[in-house]
Amino acid sequence: MNKLAPTFVVLVIGLIMAIAVGDMPPFGALNSPASSYLSPYYIKEAYDVAGVHNIVTAVLAYWRGYDTFGEVTVIFTAGIAVMALLGRE
Amino acid sequence: MPADRWEDVIAQTIARLLIPMILLYGIYVIFHGHLSPGGGFQGGVILASSVILYSLVHELDQATKFFKKKFRVILEPIGPIIFAFIGLLCIFFSGNFIQYSKLPFLGDKEMAAVSITIIEAGIGVTVMAMVISIFFSLGGRNR
Repeated sequence: MNKLAPTFVVLVIGLIMAIAVGDMPPFGALNSPASSYLSPYYIKEAYDVAGVHNIVTAVLAYWRGYDTFGEVTVIFTAGIAVMALLGRE
Repeated sequence: MPADRWEDVIAQTIARLLIPMILLYGIYVIFHGHLSPGGGFQGGVILASSVILYSLVHELDQATKFFKKKFRVILEPIGPIIFAFIGLLCIFFSGNFIQYSKLPFLGDKEMAAVSITIIEAGIGVTVMAMVISIFFSLGGRNR
């Protein structure tokens, strides 16, 4: 009984998600929301706004610049932590 | 030279031929990142891999001689500092944080491209120094 209720909840939620997956648009579908609003904007404007031919770089360093700043800080913090733990005098 | 020291002439010769090409490829990946796949993170790791290759075929002490701890500690914060400096410079010129087009020196588009290239170079330096530091820290004590 102790494990039956959580198992039941997990199975029901999993079933709901499995049913919902069937209604998702196929991968790379033209009419899906993901590829009908934001992606065309990036593809169209990447060079004119960011001045960069590579769309991935334009998104990473221009529109998602704050995110990239966080990534560099994560790398920096990870290295500082390793050096503080292992590279001690 | 101790007798049990691992040394391989073939590996060292191959490494001596490969390391300049790895360095050149890493710099290419960093500075060509706005035209082809690549960027600061990938290029930095490629640059660091050349130093790791050097310390694999030679002794670790010889590699740490080139990248002393004092030098690495200077290199490591360069990426975040450059990024934050350019971002705050945009606020200084009445834009948002990292709104490159507000920088006054060139046109909007060109200024964004130049800023992105500088930032990617800074990220590459940080990632290179960090990967080397982590490798040295794990490879031996007090380096």
